[in-house]
Amino acid sequence: MPPQAERLPARLLAFADALRGEGVAVGTSELLDAFAALQQVSWSSQRAFREALACTLAKSPEDRRTFELVFDRFMFRAVEAIAIEPQMSERLGEGDAGAGLAELSDQQLEELRMRIAAALADGSEGAMRDLARLAIAALAREAAGSGVIGVDVQRIRRSLGLKTEPQPQLPPSDPRRDGVPREALRRFEALLRAELERSQARRAQRLPPARPLTELDRALPSGPLADLAAVHRVVAQLRRRLATQGMQARGHARHAQVDVRRTMRASLQTGGVPVVLKHRPKRPRRPEIYVLCDVSTSVTSASVFFLSVLHALHDSFRKMRSFVFIERVSEVTDVFEHERDFRTISEKITKDAGVADISGYTDYGRVFSELLSLLEDDLHPRATLIVLGDARTNGREPRADLFGQIAARAGRTFWLNPEPRLYWNYGDSVIGAYETHCRAFECWTTAQLEDFVKALTRPGEPPRELARAR
Amino acid sequence: MPAPPRSVADVEEGLRTAGYLPGQATALVSYLAVRLGKPVLVEGPAGVGKTELAKALATMLERPLVRLQCYEGLDEAKALYEWNYRKQLLRIQARDGDAAPAPRAAEPAQAASGGAPAAAERPPGGTDASEPADAAAARDGQWQRIQEDIFGEDFLLARPLLSAISAPEPVVLLIDEIDKTDQEFEAMLLEVLSDFQISIPELGVVAARTRPVVLLTSNNSRELTEALKRRCLYLWLDYPSLEHELEIVRLHAPDLDGAVARRLVEVIDMVRALDLKKPPSIAESIDWARALLLLGAGNIDERVFTETMSVIVKHRTDMDLVAERVGVRLAAPAQAASADAAAS
Repeated sequence: MPPQAERLPARLLAFADALRGEGVAVGTSELLDAFAALQQVSWSSQRAFREALACTLAKSPEDRRTFELVFDRFMFRAVEAIAIEPQMSERLGEGDAGAGLAELSDQQLEELRMRIAAALADGSEGAMRDLARLAIAALAREAAGSGVIGVDVQRIRRSLGLKTEPQPQLPPSDPRRDGVPREALRRFEALLRAELERSQARRAQRLPPARPLTELDRALPSGPLADLAAVHRVVAQLRRRLATQGMQARGHARHAQVDVRRTMRASLQTGGVPVVLKHRPKRPRRPEIYVLCDVSTSVTSASVFFLSVLHALHDSFRKMRSFVFIERVSEVTDVFEHERDFRTISEKITKDAGVADISGYTDYGRVFSELLSLLEDDLHPRATLIVLGDARTNGREPRADLFGQIAARAGRTFWLNPEPRLYWNYGDSVIGAYETHCRAFECWTTAQLEDFVKALTRPGEPPRELARAR
Repeated sequence: MPAPPRSVADVEEGLRTAGYLPGQATALVSYLAVRLGKPVLVEGPAGVGKTELAKALATMLERPLVRLQCYEGLDEAKALYEWNYRKQLLRIQARDGDAAPAPRAAEPAQAASGGAPAAAERPPGGTDASEPADAAAARDGQWQRIQEDIFGEDFLLARPLLSAISAPEPVVLLIDEIDKTDQEFEAMLLEVLSDFQISIPELGVVAARTRPVVLLTSNNSRELTEALKRRCLYLWLDYPSLEHELEIVRLHAPDLDGAVARRLVEVIDMVRALDLKKPPSIAESIDWARALLLLGAGNIDERVFTETMSVIVKHRTDMDLVAERVGVRLAAPAQAASADAAAS
């Protein structure tokens, strides 16, 4: 079919555009590679087609994941766009006759439930796709039709009785008894969603608007402990970057100071004429870091992340002091220095640090006044202070003036906030008051931590006054 | 020299006979690499067979494997080429010996204080004031000849990259653990990877006589530059699925009982799901399979597991964690079974 063949390059360009829209860097050379690769594989296998595109266009694990999502979305939309062309939809319309299935009896419905649960436990993609269609056809009358696809999906799931937690009240032969595997259920829901979108597009004779991928779609499935490894990797990168950038700085500033003694000594070889200048070696600036970490309940989910950041930082920097706080502040540098294991550390800190007083709510004002008296003499312009916290005062006095005094003593001050920027300064969040004295970053994923690391180690760091103005 | 593979299935078959069981993506990308002549960047956790893939490809294509192991501080002299300065010095001295043996012997003190480079630039033979102009010109010409002579291919020591592209027969070039080097080295690689040539200031450009199949591996410990990635096909190797790993273990330890092999792969899968400093690699599953074979273990229960755990887990903290989590889970079914037996 010649028109189809001519369409392909245009389609691929559109696909590349879609990838670029999601932040994958696809260059012209990559596209040329993709075309070259496609000439070498057979297109009849979807797998080969997809892999050939993936290995030329997506060049990191994250890009690869985005690629899979965009590929599925793009191909789905491409197929649908053809399907809603008038002459095609009539032919396909016969297939949809299944939707007019007569009401199922309870027994048939029960059997359908069993088969779906079995397919989920089994995890076979093809069976799941077929059953998703069947389920929509069977349950469309009662469940679908709310107009919102997400609601329909949840209704169907509920009427099929699919849950991830075990359901001991069911008979032992029922595959749902031990709970449905989470991953399989997620895939099944995605299939339901695709099928519902498909039928909606057929009914409306046009495509729903393209939806950009959300942060949630893109995040790699991982638990908090897998994150710990990722955090360590980022911090290891930080150390590496600090090491190499230190070298660059040395290169630039090598000619700063002449070492007179060594120059004179070298001049003896040339009869007292100082031909070769000897320079004083420039000592690389060793970062001295003070970290202040909130461990209260309002940041419970984030504090594991923060503690792991602390843990990893301690592995990398020798001159570093750590503090944790809720209502009071407590130094935990020793704990990190004597313990290697993350689990023991977090246990020790929650047990022994003694940072909660009565209420267990964060009291930033008190923490900063305590910290100021603790560190007043130690802070100096070469020190870096990093605060990890959500800046939610629970209605207490923020005392931004005290924080300002601390920040003025330290060379650089950063604030990492585990909340999305959207929530800042809403409710009891007073990050705005503190932000006048430091640079605040939103930081709840390792990617954002990486951004922070880049900002922290950039050689031409803008002075604090500049950052304040921004 | 065998014909280049004609289809993805050919590659898959070839790698299988070389003792490597490729996944679908692996076979496809290898095929594209051979057909398109593009380098492949292979990333993935340690021990999923990135280096093995290169070896298997070399076996399959019946090409020699040239390996460049990267490390921190690797520089051009160790990766590209180096001048064999000892041989160059010998050459110069041999010439000097022919030309003027007597004055050299007369002025040993000057030769010693001047050192080797000075001696090369100004061959000994009396002081400047006392010599006629035409003799100086003659010496200049001679120096010119020496220079042309000693910067020839005879005096070039080829390091892996140069020897890979100047080899008369096509080779498989493996650049291992590229993420260990610094960015400057990556930049240097760009010329080699995109044009398959190396510029040597004294000699000119050495272009590849044959196109090597290039594999770069990375453990993802550092983000590689976009420029390098753009020149490569990308292959992400992850731990294999249960079935795939079972096949691999069977291939390398064919005598192991089928049920034990399956159990082994399941346990490895469990261990990998934990958060370990170093999860067990495929090579370690194979080692473990061989160890179990040697011990003649008929089943993997808690006792066998704790005794042989050190084959797959190599950190003290990891061992504690694994013993705690997996050991208990291995014990539980056995106890349940014995409880059932007692009940009946």
